[in-house]
Amino acid sequence: MTDSPAFEPSKGGVVGQPVNRVDGHAKVTGQAQYAAEYLLPNLTYAALKTSSIAKGRLKSIDTAAALREPGVLAVFTHENLPKMAQTPNTLAGKYAIYGMHMAFMPLTGNEIFYSAQPVAVVVADTFERATQAAALVQVTYEEARPVASYQSANAEVFDPNGQGYVFDLKKVVRGNPQASLAASAVQVKATYVHPINHHNPMEPGATIAHWEAPDRVTVYDSTQAVAMAQSSLATILGLPQEQVRVVTKFIGGGFGCKFNLWPHTVLATLAAKAVGRPVKLVLTRQQMFTSLGHREDQEQTITLGARQDGKLTTLIHEKTSTTSPWDIFAEPNGAILNWLYACPNYQSSHRVARANVMTSTYMRAPGESPGSVAMECGLDELAAKLGLDPLEIRLRNYANLDPGTGQPWSSKGLKECYARGAELFGWSKRSLEPGVTRDGRLLVGWGMATASYPVRPAQGRARVRLYADGHALVQTSATDLGTGTYTVITQVAADALGLPMANVRFELGDSNLPTAPASGSSVAAATVSSSVYLAIQDVWQRLTALAVRDSQSPLFKALPADVVREQDQLVLKKNPSKREKFSALLQRQGLADIEGVGNSKSGEGYEADQIAFDNKPGTKQTKRSMYSFGVHFCEVKVDPDLGTVHVTRWVSVMDGGRILNSKTARSQIIGGSIMGIGAALMEGTNRDEQYARYTNADLAGYHVPINADIPDMQVEFIDGHDPYVNAMGVKGIGEVAMVGTVAAVANAVYHATGKRVRSFPIVPSKVLGSDAV
Amino acid sequence: MDNNFFNKLTSDQPSDGSRRSFMKQAGGIVGLALAPPFVAQADRLTAFSKTVAGVSPMQLKVNGTVRTIQAEPRVTLLDALREHLHLTGTKKGCDHGQCGACTVHVNGRRIVSCLTLAVMNQGQEITTIEGLARGSELHPLQEAFIKHDAFQCGYCTSGQIMSGVACVQEGHATTDHQAREWMSGNICRCGAYPNILAAVREVAGQQAKG
Ligand code: FES
Ligand code: FES
Repeated sequence: MTDSPAFEPSKGGVVGQPVNRVDGHAKVTGQAQYAAEYLLPNLTYAALKTSSIAKGRLKSIDTAAALREPGVLAVFTHENLPKMAQTPNTLAGKYAIYGMHMAFMPLTGNEIFYSAQPVAVVVADTFERATQAAALVQVTYEEARPVASYQSANAEVFDPNGQGYVFDLKKVVRGNPQASLAASAVQVKATYVHPINHHNPMEPGATIAHWEAPDRVTVYDSTQAVAMAQSSLATILGLPQEQVRVVTKFIGGGFGCKFNLWPHTVLATLAAKAVGRPVKLVLTRQQMFTSLGHREDQEQTITLGARQDGKLTTLIHEKTSTTSPWDIFAEPNGAILNWLYACPNYQSSHRVARANVMTSTYMRAPGESPGSVAMECGLDELAAKLGLDPLEIRLRNYANLDPGTGQPWSSKGLKECYARGAELFGWSKRSLEPGVTRDGRLLVGWGMATASYPVRPAQGRARVRLYADGHALVQTSATDLGTGTYTVITQVAADALGLPMANVRFELGDSNLPTAPASGSSVAAATVSSSVYLAIQDVWQRLTALAVRDSQSPLFKALPADVVREQDQLVLKKNPSKREKFSALLQRQGLADIEGVGNSKSGEGYEADQIAFDNKPGTKQTKRSMYSFGVHFCEVKVDPDLGTVHVTRWVSVMDGGRILNSKTARSQIIGGSIMGIGAALMEGTNRDEQYARYTNADLAGYHVPINADIPDMQVEFIDGHDPYVNAMGVKGIGEVAMVGTVAAVANAVYHATGKRVRSFPIVPSKVLGSDAV
Repeated sequence: MDNNFFNKLTSDQPSDGSRRSFMKQAGGIVGLALAPPFVAQADRLTAFSKTVAGVSPMQLKVNGTVRTIQAEPRVTLLDALREHLHLTGTKKGCDHGQCGACTVHVNGRRIVSCLTLAVMNQGQEITTIEGLARGSELHPLQEAFIKHDAFQCGYCTSGQIMSGVACVQEGHATTDHQAREWMSGNICRCGAYPNILAAVREVAGQQAKG
């Protein structure tokens, strides 16, 4: 195999450049159209009535008053909701529906499993009338005592022992952790407690379902995954996939909660079918806390064993968290401990308890983000105990091979990240001792943490149509969550076609287009850019085939393998004076356009040979471990009297493989870091112990970072084109951005105050109070 | 048109449609149905239309154009813009005055449009994100948002820009610290804050230079 990625950026090309977003104009003028913003004739509005109890049964549900309201078209309950061809209400049922996360669909029976579970859907001619009528649906309940969380006295904690959904939650043991721990010179054991976190994208979940025929529906949905949503809906509705179309041209953030299909989309689609008019359902902010999952409440205990010089001998991780009545889902926190540092003995295990909550779900770097809190705070505690600098202990445990598998890395620029980050931050000036640095009366603390996230396997397809007039249309069903997909793919296509960006139009967000993977797990940029790049290779191959058979072409009778591309021309390698523009070729052939398709794989399963149209075929590669890496440095100032923590400086240096656009990439890293600052210092949803109901389910009660919480932030990338991950050499940055951030803040708070707060978020009462040690 | 609801606010209070000013205004509407003394106040609120019960015609002057909608008096300005006028650039993030996504200008001042009723804004100059550019020429802050990548998903962006334009006009963007505080009524979950600040800083700097 070649040592360079299949993609070769052209000289002075746009790939990697900090170009402005191609959808920027639409976004700053309010023209970008989100799911709830399609103007359809006869549009109606749906509103949900949700349960006021968390566990029990519906005794009665009286819709008469709601139905009497003017403009009300229908009220659906479990008694009259149109039947689904497949419900997810058993595990087998859920597995039959590709893309369904939760093994439960509301309005399919009279049992209540969680607070604010939908019990009725009202459809009316205006939003106000639907909302008002929903309030008039009268419900009585037979109430039972719910379980609020794994911490509740009535919770039953158990070992899921491999039965986990998506993440199997098996106990993993490498080496002999118990013996090595007993023999280790130093030990640290610490438990970190995390509340529920909610994604809270600014755009609420929203659906417009429009049945264009009795057996054909278009669903405008706020989803990260149009193709997967199409598949889920088709199975639930009992329709061939081709008769279900899902459209998401713009999505107002997702962060994982819009990855899978959730009940509200199904309810809106069924209601639309029954009323025979398009139905719009937009979740309220309050309903956002009980409709699209959350990051589960959890605690994790890490035990580290080390030699006196700080070299790790043992890592043991145990996690306990809350899951739903139907699913066994937990983020696999322990996974990251298996690859992050060179440590010969490792163990991770999970325990869960069922409670009356909906199923938790993926939230930005699921597993790695909270797992890195245990690893990175734990390591910080070990460093403090040994009197070592936190960066030094990380260097002493640097893994040159993947400790979990013994495999080489596909690429790893972490050492460069450490060095550059430390330099930018001025880390060498950090006092070893905590609680001694002051700025006036404020305590100053510096913390850091490592970031890493796997290159997850994914594949996707794309289609490229190149017109003789020098324009191109690029299509795949990907979504742009704000990550910059529109822009970076346009850059890649322009580069590989030899056209200016303005001549390339990239269309996404429609299940009618070639299938791209869901935007999640940081696979979008890698997979979509690779499939577009390969589709363009296909275009050039087809053009070459035309040219060598065309007696009027300068390339007539050339061997296709001898033809290369330069900008928008085909060129004979041995005699570069023989060349032709694609437009001239197409025009002579009487072709208005030519199309190519590409199927790309990323991560495990990617075979780096036979990729590029003009690339040498390679030999089979050895298996490699594929991860993005990075480091975050954080400065906080803590008010010793008030306990308030303010982040005052931030530096992130990342190795995400090839960076397609340094401007949008920087924004992603900043965004992930800010989400981490939120999780560290302010975010948490509280569930009432008695009623198992959220007590702060809105944006006044659930605090996310605001502008005043955030300093200027410095971000740099280590340019690490990775030849082993995919045709573009992209490893991905969306999730790794958040990994380590919570720990960097927490470690800085420790350095400022000398106190370890192990319960998140680190609010002033904990900084001042007895929670700290 | 008497606009004393806004004039009552002093310049160092955010005139962002706070709960208190909303209650005052909503009181006017309820008053119409309940008590004669409030009728005069309700009259003031209905500069173009005399009727505010049931579905009624209402006239809203948005981005310089007066448009008539048929809506109930309980329709918020936000929903009137989005659902009746199909000006969907103004976003709904919370419907409770907690996020700033719905920020528009009324008579040149920023308010959250989810906390005011459409009927109360008859006769006012309403400006939304769609009306900020002059033809194809973007407002300098729109340009600055693109240049500094001051958004990702774009859902908070209309509100951020409307807020930012007002923030600069109010003179609340003269220092970074002050601009951060006065832009803190607008949540960006994508976390574009440093870039938003850079855009606001740049435009405030331009305007200071004149
Ligand atoms: S929608 Fe008006 S403040 Fe959130
Ligand atoms: S750009 Fe997405 S919320 Fe601000």
